[in-house]
Amino acid sequence: MDTPLIIQTISLKKFYGAGETQVIALAGIDLEIHQGELVAVMGPSGSGKSTLLNILACLDQPSEGHYYLNGTDVSSLNRTELAFIRSSKLGMVFQSYNLLPRLTALENVMLPLFYRRENRLSPAQNRERAIAALDIVGLSGRTHHYPNQLSGGQQQRVAIARALINNPVLILADEPTGNLDSHASAEIMELFQQLHEQGRTILIVTHEHEVADQTERILTLRDGALVSDHSNGKSRKSERPSSQPAVEVPHELS
Amino acid sequence: MNFLEIFKESWRSLKANKLRSLLTTLGVIIGVAAVIVMIAISAGTEATIAESIYSLGSNLVFISSSFSRVGPNQGPQPQQGGLVYDDVAAIREKVKGVTGATVDQQASVTVRYNSTTLDGVTLIGTTPDYPTVRGLEVASGRYFNETELERAQKVAVLGKTIAQNLFGESDPIGQSIMVNKTRLTVIGVMAEKGLVGGTDFDQLIYTPIKVVFQKFTPSQFARFMGDRVRQITVSVDPKANLDDVVQQINLLLATRHGVTLDSPDFSIRTQADIVKAREETTQTFRNLLIWVASVSLIVGGIGIMNIMLVSVSERTREIGLRQALGATPWDIHLQFLTEALMLSLVGGVIGMLAGIGGSFLFGKLSEMRTVIVPSAIGLAFGSAALVGIFFGFLPARRAAMLDPIVALRHE
Ligand SMILES: Nc1ncnc2c1ncn2[C@@H]1O[C@H](COP(=O)(O)OP(=O)(O)OP(=O)(O)O)[C@@H](O)[C@H]1O
Ligand SMILES: [Mg+2]
Repeated sequence: MDTPLIIQTISLKKFYGAGETQVIALAGIDLEIHQGELVAVMGPSGSGKSTLLNILACLDQPSEGHYYLNGTDVSSLNRTELAFIRSSKLGMVFQSYNLLPRLTALENVMLPLFYRRENRLSPAQNRERAIAALDIVGLSGRTHHYPNQLSGGQQQRVAIARALINNPVLILADEPTGNLDSHASAEIMELFQQLHEQGRTILIVTHEHEVADQTERILTLRDGALVSDHSNGKSRKSERPSSQPAVEVPHELS
Repeated sequence: MNFLEIFKESWRSLKANKLRSLLTTLGVIIGVAAVIVMIAISAGTEATIAESIYSLGSNLVFISSSFSRVGPNQGPQPQQGGLVYDDVAAIREKVKGVTGATVDQQASVTVRYNSTTLDGVTLIGTTPDYPTVRGLEVASGRYFNETELERAQKVAVLGKTIAQNLFGESDPIGQSIMVNKTRLTVIGVMAEKGLVGGTDFDQLIYTPIKVVFQKFTPSQFARFMGDRVRQITVSVDPKANLDDVVQQINLLLATRHGVTLDSPDFSIRTQADIVKAREETTQTFRNLLIWVASVSLIVGGIGIMNIMLVSVSERTREIGLRQALGATPWDIHLQFLTEALMLSLVGGVIGMLAGIGGSFLFGKLSEMRTVIVPSAIGLAFGSAALVGIFFGFLPARRAAMLDPIVALRHE
């Protein structure tokens, strides 16, 4: 494998509660994702997809196990250190967009720049960067629109521009098309494809097969365990390691 | 996040709720304005007190007979000891640093000139240096001199109003007036002085004190007291050490009266002592007002805390999002603290303007005088800032401690 590892988890576990009522949200996940991969995470409701994503997004800490992000063990960092990691390495996309209504599209995109620690840029450079990010998602004409003046698909594209602004090593999206109709979903997936082609590493949690089908690798979770790691064949860069077992077909989900 | 950005962010979110922000700051506005107005009123009162005391003449020492050894329910008994007229001359001659010493003995009299009669006029028997000590000036004619005093010559110097009432436009100098049953010759008219410390100096008639001793002792009791005097007023050279002069007078009078300084038959007060005593009576009232003002500042602070808590819970999702985008707990804390601080500072600025305007208006519209004290403005503004930081801390901490996952899931 010549592309570097972005994500490596070693028997990652997450428990909620204790004793009788303990919920095992993640039952030991071993996962490796390399640079440039576009990965979908599927599984029934309650299978632990969001839990996994939150840990990968450094919003949460595993109960057990290790998580190496871009080579650093982030499993035991404190809240402030995790915030630094989120700021410098990660881009997040949410199902409900999470744009601040009183900020324009441009200001929303610039928000993560406020929290940057290193290589801070001048306000003019920040603006330039945000305009460039909006240009990538095809919204350079909407910079001064407020979220309520944009369609759902456009809002999600602003959110993706925001995720791109700090040039993250990993983009994480939790059901990014969950609130969108099929047309807007297709557009968003088009955008992710495009970013993937530019070499970005993207992990998308989704319920929809149409979405998952557009990725090159599909992980399936059930009861907190990784039950399938399926190469989609649709990969545009077929650099997938052949040693990776494709155990189960994910389409069995009803 | 740098401070300018935090400031911009905070300003933006306050602007998003303009009316609410303004109402929230009302408590602080009232508190700050109240502190400034209260201090302006009490400073005005103090200035009025000091002015009325200092306008009697500057650098004065007042010596009074004390009646401390009088038994209960017996009234001011004629007693041994106390100040006597000769003490005045002794102080003038023997105490270094004294520029003048005077005494006044008053009598209420009826004055007549031709067909004009004035009742209840205050006749004041003094010494020639009275105008110097009390800062009075002679407008026309002259004041009486040492010889006239010693010989108890029947001369009078009129206050401005008295002169006008008796003589109108004509020149009073050289005319005779009937004071009770005694005829006095007018030798001078004083310049206008007005009302000072409760006495209208323009309504007085000045005459040598020995004339008063001989002709105007109003009662048997006073006659019995002979040349005892109620109060001696001493003016001190501004270059002299006041404490030293007071000590010299103490020793001189104690020796003359044959008393010890532990139980003297007189008491000495400087103008500063009197100002202080008068101010002490207003102090309690002023402290109460400042307390009320501070309480309203605290109430304002609680208002800010309340609205900030509401704001934190309303914006839980936003906080979660900011954390997800890389904000540290400290970033969040700082942002909410800045918002609280801004609320209180905006209140502080408005309150400051209201306080200055209010003090000014109050001074115009009421009898009371107000003096705007710059340090009070600083104090009020500083307390507003402290209130913002203090009461903003809890909401800011609550915001910073939010778990990003829980916050993001919040509806
Ligand atoms: N804060 C929590 N406290 C207790 N249990 C939790 C908590 N968060 C998640 N769980 C449990 O962990 C399990 C995994 O939840 P998770 O949200 O990861 O599922 P999911 O796969 O994202 O489901 P969905 O498709 O409905 O979003 C569930 O059984 C859930 O009840
Ligand atoms: Mg989920």
